[in-house]
Amino acid sequence: MAAPAPGRRRLRAGGLAFGVLLLAAVAVLSLALGAKPLSLADVWHGLTDPASPEYAVVRQGRLPRTLLGLAAGAALGVAGAAMQTLTRNPLADPGLLGINAGASAAVATATVLLGVADLDHQVWYALLGAAAVTVAVHTIAGGRQATPARLALAGAALNAALYSYVSAVMLVDSTSLERMRFWTVGSLAGARTDTVPSLLPFVLAGLLVALLVTRPLAALALGDDSARALGARPGLVRGAVIVAVTLLCGAATAACGPIVFVGLLAPHVVRALTGPDPRRLLPWCAVFAPVLLLAADVAGRLLGRPGELQVGLVTAVLGGPLFLHLVRRGRVGRL
Amino acid sequence: MIVLRLPGGLSLRLRPRALVVGLAGTLLALALAVLAVGAGDYPIAPADVLRVLAGGGSPADGFIVTELRLPRLSTALAAGAALGLAGAVFQSLTRNALGSPDVLGVTSGAATGALTVVVAGGGSAALAGAAAAGGLATGLLLYALAGRHGVGGHRLVLVGIGVTAVLTGVNGWLLTRAPLMDAARAALWITGSLDGRGWANALPVLGALAVLLPAVLLARAPALRLLEMGDDSAASLGVSVRRVRTAALGSAVLLVSVAAAAAGPVSFLALTAPHLARRLTRAPGPNLLPSAVVGAALLLAADQLAQHAVAGRQLPVGVVTGVLGGGYLAWLLAGERGGRR
Repeated sequence: MAAPAPGRRRLRAGGLAFGVLLLAAVAVLSLALGAKPLSLADVWHGLTDPASPEYAVVRQGRLPRTLLGLAAGAALGVAGAAMQTLTRNPLADPGLLGINAGASAAVATATVLLGVADLDHQVWYALLGAAAVTVAVHTIAGGRQATPARLALAGAALNAALYSYVSAVMLVDSTSLERMRFWTVGSLAGARTDTVPSLLPFVLAGLLVALLVTRPLAALALGDDSARALGARPGLVRGAVIVAVTLLCGAATAACGPIVFVGLLAPHVVRALTGPDPRRLLPWCAVFAPVLLLAADVAGRLLGRPGELQVGLVTAVLGGPLFLHLVRRGRVGRL
Repeated sequence: MIVLRLPGGLSLRLRPRALVVGLAGTLLALALAVLAVGAGDYPIAPADVLRVLAGGGSPADGFIVTELRLPRLSTALAAGAALGLAGAVFQSLTRNALGSPDVLGVTSGAATGALTVVVAGGGSAALAGAAAAGGLATGLLLYALAGRHGVGGHRLVLVGIGVTAVLTGVNGWLLTRAPLMDAARAALWITGSLDGRGWANALPVLGALAVLLPAVLLARAPALRLLEMGDDSAASLGVSVRRVRTAALGSAVLLVSVAAAAAGPVSFLALTAPHLARRLTRAPGPNLLPSAVVGAALLLAADQLAQHAVAGRQLPVGVVTGVLGGGYLAWLLAGERGGRR
């Protein structure tokens, strides 16, 4: 891997700065737009002045929702990028490998059978489910010898089994169906002021672990032996990625429900800009994936008026064609 | 290897082991069927079931068997066979164990069609028709998106995963649009259920099978086997690659769609049945007939399990196929570490 020329490096730094600006812009739009559009001045009053009429809308409604979009988007994007790099699998996505389904199954069990209703407790069940599936999918696919096809197959197996279980739980009684059918689409609408604070420790820990292992992860992409020669410890790196992915996906799924496309799509789009090196890919995904998720959420609010389209639907409908386009151009196969 | 030559230049090659598996599977499915018809709140002894089927028996037994239990059973057998056969064709054409209609999104498309009808407040006949239309439309979309060169190999699976993701999102959203009562009905259907199936559900699947099973088996099986060696090799051996592929894919999509219309998008059967058949026959190639037989036996067994596993509560059959099918594939993968597929 040749070191990029200084000019290219500057270009890349510029790209990341552009991403951050884009993220800020989308965040402002997310605060301003919705069932009742607000001017920027109104948004400012709503954020800062408890006496203003916009305070309830902005501070208690759209701000938590926007923060949740930022946290969940970064979590899903980085998790997807880390898994794609680790497994060298273009299909690796927390949703497609069954990790969101594991978290969903655990949350469904906790909600319906054990009566757990608040996020603070749900998140622990989600982490448990995500961890179990992450380990299971890796073990079933054959650990180190796992090929992309075997991983995807193992993920499909667990996905189907777990979603069957979730629908069985949903069918137990109509109250749980009523609650779960909105949650399983994937939405940011449930965000309250205490959502992000209870989520943040998990997301930050996951992001930290993921960003700490990007350098050995890059070495691991060359194969285990080369990685060892470069001083990386493959077992440790794999373990760390699994921990990171579990924390990120478990937390995001507990709060928003299973959102499939962000973890698959964001890394593919970003990779077109950064190349496959995880040292750039992961940080860029932490910036660009929330742009994707928040933009989808805003679009859903505008398109679905007077109600809204859940963000999980919007990411699927927007992300699907783009993903298909990438497949048709043959980009997805190259990692 | 036994070769049956039929008039019109058609021939059917049979391997002894595949033949034994096919026959044993058929017998097992039939035995299960007799037991299943007898089981329930009003148990009927297997001998009495056979008597009714032969045209005799008491009127009460006759009513329960032919009007209540046989339609459900026939639906299970026919839908299972259709899904197993379709799965085998898909996996053979894509040369990929993942290339089953579930993974490619055909079953999700059928579900989208059905849910649209539920949200619009339509009846059962419209639901079945919309399910079939949704499955077929998705099949066409896949074919268009994968392009002429993309049906074999990885690309179709990738395209299918993309299409499935979109359709899953749409299906989840449709489920939130419906009033709660309809949503409950839709949730049951989308899981895959044989509850309350009558002859109106069974007959379309049986009809499709009667036409397509021989068509696929006799006319397409040899060409499919050659296609598994690669397009160029098959073409050099005189196979009209594009025509075989279009016909086989069209038949398989049709089979999945009618099965989904009757029983809902029963998950995992189309993926699991060909796997299981291949392990049983230990034969290369598409294993079409064994897959159909295994599919029928599997769906019937799963439905019995769904009805009687949890006392006092009937589970939809899709829950059982999903949990067991997923578990089976996981076990298969874990045991086959470093193996072929």
